[in-house]
Amino acid sequence: MSLLRVEGLRTSLTSAAGIVRAVDEVSFEVAAGETFALLGESGCGKSMTALSLMRLLPDAGANVGGRVLLDGRDLLALSEAEMRGVRGREMAMIFQEPATSLNPVLSVGRQIVEVLERHTTTQGAAARRRALELVDAVGIPDPARRLDEYPFQLSGGMKQRVMIAMALAGDPRLLIADEPTTALDVTIQAQVLELLGQLQRDRGMGMLLISHDLGIVSQLAQRVGVMYAGELVEVADRQTFFASPRHPYSRKLFAALPRPARCGGALETIPGSVPPLTTIFTCCRFADRCPSAWARCRDEVPAWHATTDGHAVRCHLYDQRAGIGNQEEGSRSQIAGDQVAGSRASPLLQGEAPLLEVADLKMHFPIRKGVFKRVAGQVRAVDGVSLGLTLGRTLALVGESGCGKTTAGKAILQLLRPTGGSVRFGGEELTSLPQGRLRALRAEMQIVFQDPYGSLDPRMRVGDIIEEGMAALGTASDRAARDRRIDEQLERVGLSAGMRGRYPHEFSGGQRQRIAIARALAVEPRLLVCDEPTSALDVSVQAQILNLLKELQASLGLAYLFITHNIAVVEYLAHEVAVMYLGRIVERGTVEEILRDPKHPYTEALLSAVPRIEAEAGRPVIVLRGDMPSPANPPPGCHFHPRCPRAMPECAVTFPSATRLSESRSVHCHLYR
Amino acid sequence: MPIVLWTDALVFLLIACAIGSGVYVSRREYLLASWRRVGESRAGMAALTVLAAFILVGLLDSLHYRPRLEAVAGQSANGFGTEVRSALDVLLLPLKAATEKTYSAPLATHLYARETVELPDGTQARVFPRLKHGGVHLKDPAQDRGRDVARHILRGLVLAVLAGLTFAAIALQAAAVRWGVRWPAAWRRIRRGETRFAWNAVLATLAVLLLLAGPVVSLAGGYHVFGTDKVGQDVLYLTLKSIRTGLVIGTITTLAMLPFAVALGIVAGYLGGWVDDVIQYLYTTLNSIPGVLLIAASVLMMQVVIDTHPDWFATSAQRADARLLALCLILGVTSWTGLCRLLRAETLKLRELEYVQAAQAFGASASRIMGRHILPNVMHIVLIAVVMDFSGLVLAEAVLSYIGIGVDPSTISFGTMINTARLELAREPVVWWSLVAAFAFMFVLVLAANLFSDSVRDAFDPRIAGRRIAPAAQGQAA
Repeated sequence: MSLLRVEGLRTSLTSAAGIVRAVDEVSFEVAAGETFALLGESGCGKSMTALSLMRLLPDAGANVGGRVLLDGRDLLALSEAEMRGVRGREMAMIFQEPATSLNPVLSVGRQIVEVLERHTTTQGAAARRRALELVDAVGIPDPARRLDEYPFQLSGGMKQRVMIAMALAGDPRLLIADEPTTALDVTIQAQVLELLGQLQRDRGMGMLLISHDLGIVSQLAQRVGVMYAGELVEVADRQTFFASPRHPYSRKLFAALPRPARCGGALETIPGSVPPLTTIFTCCRFADRCPSAWARCRDEVPAWHATTDGHAVRCHLYDQRAGIGNQEEGSRSQIAGDQVAGSRASPLLQGEAPLLEVADLKMHFPIRKGVFKRVAGQVRAVDGVSLGLTLGRTLALVGESGCGKTTAGKAILQLLRPTGGSVRFGGEELTSLPQGRLRALRAEMQIVFQDPYGSLDPRMRVGDIIEEGMAALGTASDRAARDRRIDEQLERVGLSAGMRGRYPHEFSGGQRQRIAIARALAVEPRLLVCDEPTSALDVSVQAQILNLLKELQASLGLAYLFITHNIAVVEYLAHEVAVMYLGRIVERGTVEEILRDPKHPYTEALLSAVPRIEAEAGRPVIVLRGDMPSPANPPPGCHFHPRCPRAMPECAVTFPSATRLSESRSVHCHLYR
Repeated sequence: MPIVLWTDALVFLLIACAIGSGVYVSRREYLLASWRRVGESRAGMAALTVLAAFILVGLLDSLHYRPRLEAVAGQSANGFGTEVRSALDVLLLPLKAATEKTYSAPLATHLYARETVELPDGTQARVFPRLKHGGVHLKDPAQDRGRDVARHILRGLVLAVLAGLTFAAIALQAAAVRWGVRWPAAWRRIRRGETRFAWNAVLATLAVLLLLAGPVVSLAGGYHVFGTDKVGQDVLYLTLKSIRTGLVIGTITTLAMLPFAVALGIVAGYLGGWVDDVIQYLYTTLNSIPGVLLIAASVLMMQVVIDTHPDWFATSAQRADARLLALCLILGVTSWTGLCRLLRAETLKLRELEYVQAAQAFGASASRIMGRHILPNVMHIVLIAVVMDFSGLVLAEAVLSYIGIGVDPSTISFGTMINTARLELAREPVVWWSLVAAFAFMFVLVLAANLFSDSVRDAFDPRIAGRRIAPAAQGQAA
């Protein structure tokens, strides 16, 4: 018998826009010791499903129906008081954002003990001992000291570990993990995923994993359920699912992932967006975006069709009675067609003078202390970065959060005036340029930001937003010319000229990012700094933006400095890669060199930590110990040596100088001297 | 001869600003949406109706003129009197002119103080003499008064109902034409609150106002509804005149304060560095001086200036007005710090947002960024602060006038009324009506302002407005 059995779960919320059917007739089972993953883009009802299971939705406004059987007991029929006994004791939940799920004014030990005392008979000193065991079990070094620390003293990965320890305190039989690693860095994510997998095996817990990341799901789950617009559309074993996804939506999700195998062509995208859940669906929910939709899809809600063992799909294509021909043929050839259509953009412009040359760039922020604000130290956010970029090429600056890549991007654009080093743009030294001369150069280099919600002024129309740069830089002098330019830009990024009168809040995340790109392009830059432009977007939308960036580079010959932590995007878009760790570049080279054959131990670990869909047998995941040190107090010598599995005594003494391994490649590591 | 006092000019300027921003808002969908939310709030619209009544009285009282002197034999008739009157004075002329000798209770027919009168038989007696105006039409006050008052009230109610019905008919006709339905259907929609704008609240409040005002108007023709004060002035007249003072203090002070608060707050937050330090020191210093002391000192200095230059003012009303204006300015200068602090904090937050950095990447100048990006995004805070400060300022005037450093003693205001009532409360028998009248009017005004500001804050504060639509957002996020 399965541990958790969900039957026809329906959750609806009342809102100003009408009744939102966030979860609609979702049924699945989780067996003890099994991990079931709910997969889908944002807005598909994954988190709502979890909250409904835990009965954490407010009574007012939320309406939960169906049956949730935990060991045969219907949770939805329990009283709130009984439910409190279930939460934490029988099922526990880990949330996405570790920074906000811990109470900042209580020590972490106190918070774990609280759970223990509530759910078990252990009290007082015994509870504290148990808390110590738990903190030790989730792999926090020096647990006795950490227990008395407050959340602000812990890093993000540590906080998530504490959250896991708290969830385990009641010794639950089912663990719900809602995007447990989305807020964490790749190397930390690898640590946490490993921990979750190990804990689940050791304790024989059932786990409901909620994720949008195919890689994580493939690494952790035994069975997969794909959610779309509030309902499950496909359920299958991990192997079957990853070998041959059946539902057109699942297939599209796979196709939209940037992967080296298809880095030549344009990525597949899903047109449109998830329909609002206020609609009452009388047909297949995916019909409007589905490439293989036919008349029946728009007339009839598809039923479940079990194809092979345990693989069930909610799609008319798999209705045996209808005898529809195999559609796989068609979609395969379509993908193949895409691959032929594109070619690796922009030929190598060897020998051309570099557009951007950065040498030994330093950006230090003073730490001020005391009454007189004396400078007590320096945060070395960027500490000696050198790179070069020519027109029509893309340089990816890769690194984890806090390594200084965004600061480096801003310092290059002179949005922050660097502390030291030189930035030459088109032969002109920017660091010593006075503000007036710099303004004239602003049109040549532009930036696209990470958060499409924060980067557009909510009080301005789209037309005014795009016009702003032209007005400030005097790009097009008269009104009519500017208007024409605005329309042109909007069309170029795939929006229509008619949208210029609207406000940003009327657009989706992907459309906003297009507007942000149009704004930057309106002043005809030669260099575009893209600061994680797709990290806030869903996979299918990310694919649209990446395609757009690639097209634009091919047609306009732009140079991109692409700042990202997403290796998959790097593989797809970049020509060259620079890997950054704690303010310094540790390795540089072309994308093939770095990704096929990483030399620096950090690059190696970073690449191996990325969860992959392709099950690569024997691929070892190098799990780094600890967290990135603070840039205010970096370790001496090579910054990476405290975490490096191959550190040598001299690593702690001197920072290795660059070793040229080939024409295009250099690495800072004592191993390659 | 029409006269525009300083405060009148500023009141007109404010009205122009309000109309201008109305036009501005109507062209911007996101602002319009917020104001529509204000319009949907029942309590807010009921409060606004009451406020509108007060504002109407205040505006009538802001149209000033000097009446032409009656031609006196032997003199040409081209001079103007030194007395400045307002449109409200003209309407209330019967009340203004109907002064008694001294105190009289509400609806009284006799004075509240005994007087020695000479009886027809030559002897003297101390009696409560008949009033000169209140209830003079009664032959036998003791017997007829009750019936006469009831008749007046009834007449007032009938008038109110008639006026109300006329207004409702106009509103219904407008609504019926607008929605293309018949009267009963339109009425049903309004009554059940099926309209987006809270028409039912407005109409209900209007009905209550009319039902209260009708009898008062009717009674005022024959009696002193709220009695008379020490020098025999009608208290109803005084309260109505006080409204303008309260409104002027509440609004013009804000006008004087806004430039400081907005400019300094945004500049401090955006530029940072030594500019920020200077502005912060300025407002922490100002804040640490006890407010009343600072105001008292300024008012006294200004008093001396006004007294030493009597030639600056043609009439006493102009002098009193100058003092009122000066009080507004002083209150404004001392009260900008709170809003400034708020705006600085908000600007510090906005400055780090990416759209501001995008503008910096375009090389846009600091003033342009502050004007185009920061200012529109802090306006909701300004609006909320202004509306919420209003009631506080009306109360502040009352307190300052009470301790004698407020408006000119000749200016009629809630504060001066309460100040005089202080002595009356110690009198035996007690004179309660002028305090109660001032209190009731001020209470209604401040309550309406507070309710309205609450609904404005609910509509404009993104945190609260966000909470109202949270379930939808959650549904989409999940």
